[in-house]
Amino acid sequence: MDRRSFLKAGFSAGAFGAFHLASGQFSPTFAGLPAPALGRKTESEESKRILVVLRLDGGNDGLNTVLPLDQYDNLANARGNILIPASKALRLTNTVGLHPAMTGLHEAFMNGNLRIVQAVGYPNHNQSHFRSTDIWFTGSDSNQVLESGVLGRYLDGQFPNFPVGYPSAAKPHPPSIQIGSTLFTLLQGSDAGLGMAINDPSSVYALQSNGLDAAPDTPAGHELTFLRQMASQTRQYGDALKATMSAAATKSALYPATGNRLADQLKAVARLIAGGLQTRVYVVSLGGFDTHSAQVVESDTTTGKHADLLRQISVAITAFMDDLRLMGVEDRVVGITVSEFGRRILSNASFGTDHGLAAPMMLFGAPVAGGITGVNPTIPAKVTSSNNVGMQYDFRSVYASLLRDWLMVDKAECQRVLLKDFPGMDLIDANFSGRPPGTVRFKFQVRQYDRQTTFSYNLEESAPVNLTIFDLHGKTVRNVPGGTKSAGFHEAILDTRSLIAGRYFARLQVASGSQQLGFDVFE
Amino acid sequence: MDRRQFLSALLGAQPAGFGAGSGPAARDAAFASFANTALPARKAQSVGLEPYQGEWTRQEASHLLRRCLFGFSQSELDTVVGIGVSAAVDALLVSGVAPTPPLVTSAKETTIAIGSSWVDQPYNGDLSYDRSRNLQAWWMGLLLGQAPTIREKMTLFWHNHFAFEWRTVGEPHHTYFHLQKLRENALGNFKELARMITIDPAMLRYLNGNTNTKSNPNENYARELQELFTIGKGPEIAPGNYTNYTEDDVKAAAKVLTGWRDLRDNRNAEFRPNQHDTTDKTFSSAYGGTVIKGRTGAEGATEIDDLIEMIFSQTETARHLCRELYRYFVYYVVDDDVETHVVRPLADLLIGSAWEIAPVLSSLLKSAHFQDVSNRGCFIKTPLDLVVGSLRSLGSSLPTANDLPLQYQVWLTLVDQASNMQMELLEPPNVAGWPAFHQDPVYYQAWISSDTLPRRVQYTDRCLGTKGYQIGTWYLLPDLVGLANSSATDPSDLAALVNGLALRLFPIPITDSQNTYLQSVVLAGAPAYEWPNNWAAHTASPADATKKSVVETRLRNLLKAMMAMAEHQLC
Repeated sequence: MDRRSFLKAGFSAGAFGAFHLASGQFSPTFAGLPAPALGRKTESEESKRILVVLRLDGGNDGLNTVLPLDQYDNLANARGNILIPASKALRLTNTVGLHPAMTGLHEAFMNGNLRIVQAVGYPNHNQSHFRSTDIWFTGSDSNQVLESGVLGRYLDGQFPNFPVGYPSAAKPHPPSIQIGSTLFTLLQGSDAGLGMAINDPSSVYALQSNGLDAAPDTPAGHELTFLRQMASQTRQYGDALKATMSAAATKSALYPATGNRLADQLKAVARLIAGGLQTRVYVVSLGGFDTHSAQVVESDTTTGKHADLLRQISVAITAFMDDLRLMGVEDRVVGITVSEFGRRILSNASFGTDHGLAAPMMLFGAPVAGGITGVNPTIPAKVTSSNNVGMQYDFRSVYASLLRDWLMVDKAECQRVLLKDFPGMDLIDANFSGRPPGTVRFKFQVRQYDRQTTFSYNLEESAPVNLTIFDLHGKTVRNVPGGTKSAGFHEAILDTRSLIAGRYFARLQVASGSQQLGFDVFE
Repeated sequence: MDRRQFLSALLGAQPAGFGAGSGPAARDAAFASFANTALPARKAQSVGLEPYQGEWTRQEASHLLRRCLFGFSQSELDTVVGIGVSAAVDALLVSGVAPTPPLVTSAKETTIAIGSSWVDQPYNGDLSYDRSRNLQAWWMGLLLGQAPTIREKMTLFWHNHFAFEWRTVGEPHHTYFHLQKLRENALGNFKELARMITIDPAMLRYLNGNTNTKSNPNENYARELQELFTIGKGPEIAPGNYTNYTEDDVKAAAKVLTGWRDLRDNRNAEFRPNQHDTTDKTFSSAYGGTVIKGRTGAEGATEIDDLIEMIFSQTETARHLCRELYRYFVYYVVDDDVETHVVRPLADLLIGSAWEIAPVLSSLLKSAHFQDVSNRGCFIKTPLDLVVGSLRSLGSSLPTANDLPLQYQVWLTLVDQASNMQMELLEPPNVAGWPAFHQDPVYYQAWISSDTLPRRVQYTDRCLGTKGYQIGTWYLLPDLVGLANSSATDPSDLAALVNGLALRLFPIPITDSQNTYLQSVVLAGAPAYEWPNNWAAHTASPADATKKSVVETRLRNLLKAMMAMAEHQLC
């Protein structure tokens, strides 16, 4: 059940019988919300929301990406040969900086379009690329084997029985698109792979083995050429992809012409989104993060392999967000970065870093709640090769937040996808999540009848509740007994005959969130 | 549908498509752009039927097995490599024991227990659909469980040759006994088989032989017997003269064939003398002006022997069949070289062996020509090669007879998979068989359309699902680690593993850059040492589920990528 159906369920005709609906129209505005950042954040249609996953192959060095400026004394001891000078950091706060190559993302942060989650990982970390990637993709515990991926299971729920019966009139487009040669396990459903892999973003309908070597000049080569040509024209969904790619032209001038493979991929994704593809999950990737050596250039640690990669990320995401904005779809897209692990605190003598544990994740896009979740990792004074950045957040909590607050799946579905209940975080702007920070999701409605007014609310989880009725002057006229209420539907009935005719308000406080609705009492 | 209409509508005959943006026009456009518009030229063939004496490695042996089986296991391949080409072909040319008949799995069969067969039960119109489907499933079971012999491939050859459609025949007993004739004689005598099929109840129904009487002759079977089943249609050198026979020969043959009826619950046809045309039948100069003497009473039934004798006294009858065998086992281009050095010598052999098929197949499959490198991989897999062969190549777990309804359900689902790819067992599109074996100049390419090609890849993807391909409660689960172990001496060597698997799955070698690409699929951005390390970790503790899952995940991705490559569609 998605959120809208959840909300509707509490107010079906069955629950209310044949009462007529008078005033008390539901207003989607939540009281007490901060003003939309820069006035740009407006709600997007839930069914059109898109998640873009940016995979950083190899294990990104979090400590040189999001710089813990208050830990620099100890960091200088542990990784002095690769440390980015604090003076060069792009400051996000007094204690947190970004790598100087990420100027575009620095600006995105300042505009409220970047959220950093500190020290994301999972318990009992595995430092093998393969195994840790599997854990990140499948969402398993580290001692558990899962064959299906997190987003595959999510898409299983959206595309039942896939691939049987698809494409269909209702779901004409692929469940997901990965720019790459084969689908990551992330997109593996319980049975089938829930998506299609496109090798070459400049030619979305290319065949996997195309672009390699010409077929041999033999009878076999003759048939091979025929098959490749047919495949190039007849991929499933090929026509739809072709049509959407040609329906939207790139609008941003910020994509570099060459040398940024990630930008090429995101450029294709932007065109597919703006061109009307109904696909809601995209996966792109960038390799090269396994920086055991020469991560930085000795003479200038702000340059080198890692700086080049971070610059590519920043430039690509900046151009992508600019493109989405110019195409008018920025409110529909949230991107996240994932990497199988961070890197060791202690650097090595080759100006590189070895496999580590937790690392920051970045979320980008207009619907993101800008800011930083979590605190800088604590770096000990004496660092050995066994010291690592400890986990502050389980990566599955990030998935949970995205599933609940961005893709708007209900709690039960979220648990089905993640196999457990993981606490969420406030990563999505409240205008999009429909949930004030820190609150329990609820739906509040006022219905007015001849002699009484009904205040009903549906709680998704048990929460402390308080209901207050006040008049135009803010004077409390009734205080309905509150307390901790169970999940589900509740209602309070107020006999309004004793009230003077006029305009009144009802404020429902649920945990730290609240909503206020107006209603009228007539003679 | 009339066969001639069908041929002209070949492309339009695909089933309704996938929905948005993939209408028939789009499919036609792709096929029309890329399929042959003329036969490809082939380099002169220097080699003929002299026995192959070159190297005998997995490469050559797998070529033989690809063409003679529907997929093969590594141990089947190793056996063939071990015994050499001659013994390998001899071992393939064995009919083996007859299969048990199809078994009832439907509760609708109230008079027979599940696990018994319906083939000796009376006809029942209410059950004929279920029984026909049961028969299709059973055939799929035989394909999946085939012994390493050519019998199933030859049975399908004859089915395509003496094509009929179960929906038209409508009587599952007739269908079953027809199929038994094909299987029992798969390596038997062509002339004898042609005689049997001529008065086979299913065929009498299918080509209207059962309504062919002296007062109302029906020429349908008489025409197809000559045009398709035996001598073949040559160039039309004069109106109604097709070189090898004429329109008048069709009429004369139809008269010979008058009087035959199929009967319900009788596996043999019945001859009714009073409906037989007893006049003498005179044939054209194509048949040397043969006159088949009209006979009365029960004697009339023997005229068929004369007709078969006449047709099989023509060299062209042998050549026609040998061309068909060539296109089924080697390649569709039969140019002058092939005609001279392969087809005609084979035809002579067929006649010399009194129409026994096995010596012809033996000569062809052992020949230097068959093993010529230019003949490898030039065949596009039939849907059955793909459906059955993929499962057998992957070592997927097949359903057992412990649960017959489930077993038949799995088999039937696989039948339907092949049907969706335009090859339904017991239901070729028309009497000419599947276009891929005769439709000039596209031939094998006719299997591939904008609709069927994605289905093929979708199918192999499903075979490589995390639990294999699930049908009902059964999982066709591939043995990925076993496949890796049997395909490479040291599977921890990723480049060697990729090449080893390519040798199993592809008929032509992959290039270095393809190997590199496939390695990158396994590594997915991780450094190269991850594969050998994880493989070693798995082999050190094979019972560790996590370690096994890590390598299986990579193998699954690798095999999906390989089976999605165009090379995997070649045979």
